[in-house]
Amino acid sequence: MSELPRASDLGLIGCHVCRMVCRDVKAPDAACPRCGSPLHKRKSGSYTRTWALLIAAFMFYLPANILPIMRTVSLGDVDDNTILSGIIELWVKGSPDLAVIVFTASIVVPVLKFFALGLLLISSQRGSQWAQRQRGKLYRLVEFIGYWSMLDVFVVALLTALVQFGFFSQVEPLPGVVFFGLTVVITMIASMTFDPRLIWDGRDSDD
Amino acid sequence: MTMPSQGLKPALAPPTLWICEHCDTVYRRRKLARGEVARCVRCDALLARHHSIGVRGMFVLVITAMIAFVQANIWPIVTLGLNGHQISATLWGCIMIMWREHAQVVAVIAALTLFFLPIVKMGFLFWILAYARQRRRAPGFRWIMVTLYRVGPWTMSEVFVLGALVAIVKAHMYFEVQANPGIFAYGVLMLIITAFSSIDVRRFWDLTEETPA
Ligand SMILES: [Zn+2]
Ligand SMILES: [Zn+2]
Repeated sequence: MSELPRASDLGLIGCHVCRMVCRDVKAPDAACPRCGSPLHKRKSGSYTRTWALLIAAFMFYLPANILPIMRTVSLGDVDDNTILSGIIELWVKGSPDLAVIVFTASIVVPVLKFFALGLLLISSQRGSQWAQRQRGKLYRLVEFIGYWSMLDVFVVALLTALVQFGFFSQVEPLPGVVFFGLTVVITMIASMTFDPRLIWDGRDSDD
Repeated sequence: MTMPSQGLKPALAPPTLWICEHCDTVYRRRKLARGEVARCVRCDALLARHHSIGVRGMFVLVITAMIAFVQANIWPIVTLGLNGHQISATLWGCIMIMWREHAQVVAVIAALTLFFLPIVKMGFLFWILAYARQRRRAPGFRWIMVTLYRVGPWTMSEVFVLGALVAIVKAHMYFEVQANPGIFAYGVLMLIITAFSSIDVRRFWDLTEETPA
């Protein structure tokens, strides 16, 4: 590949927690001498765990989008909003700029995460050398933007706390928002479980 | 860019190396010039950056963040008015009502990412920095640093600020709304978080001397 030396070839392991450079003693219970965290050449069981989390997140993602996330009662008028209908309402009645931001955080980012992590998993498992730099960047993007998806969950919480005029008007959270919150948490864990070094490992490697 | 190290003897690996966390490439450490950023030649990930904010500066930032956090939590974030009624929302108001309205999962997520974990983060940073100013390691340094690393990605105050803006606009479709001091305190907090996000707290391991706890 390239003449740049890799830690795994030199028998070294970089500690994630404190960035200490440690010698690979090839013991399963090896710990970093400086911070005491477990040392692994690669995150253990990265493929299996990331796949499992990704599938779990997707199973929460479907009801998160289908079920309504919020009910607004206004003068006897009951209106249930899903994530998408909430965005449309914001676009039509309020501000299109914010609607674009919410659309990005609630729809684009989660979908991007599913596709990106799926792509990274499949290409790395096949030992593909295709677009490694871009795949690395894609991973860092997913890691960086992932938590912004929590936006809609906080909006529902704020509106619920705010609009409490009893009979006349009220906002209630509906199950969709719980599923959505869980989707965000699980996809965040999934992206942390994936080991980006696998992108560069090539064909014959394991945990 | 960086010279790749050659002919390494890994018998005793000194912290004179950088290992790219994203692709495992090894580099020799070097001093960075002012404002310089070292990137991995192989994968373009960030290796290290020159720290323009010193320990003293970080200490001031953390204290400011703590003050802003207290303000953000005692003042209402938004107030809504209808027919003379006034209702204000605070962070804890949100958490409590989500719990009561059968969205306990959301209440727990909000309490952790917007309240407890930010407190842990700021408190621990304050503790570490208070000692680091004298180039010393705070008692409990090791597990505090490990906890800080683990807590890192789970604080979401900046998302909450954006959420408050969206909530104001949405509520404005039906009611009269106004932003309160709480939201501005959150705005300040957001700025500090942005300033802090470029700082890798793991540098304290190298910065402070090893003293037996
Ligand atoms: Zn370590
Ligand atoms: Zn790299």
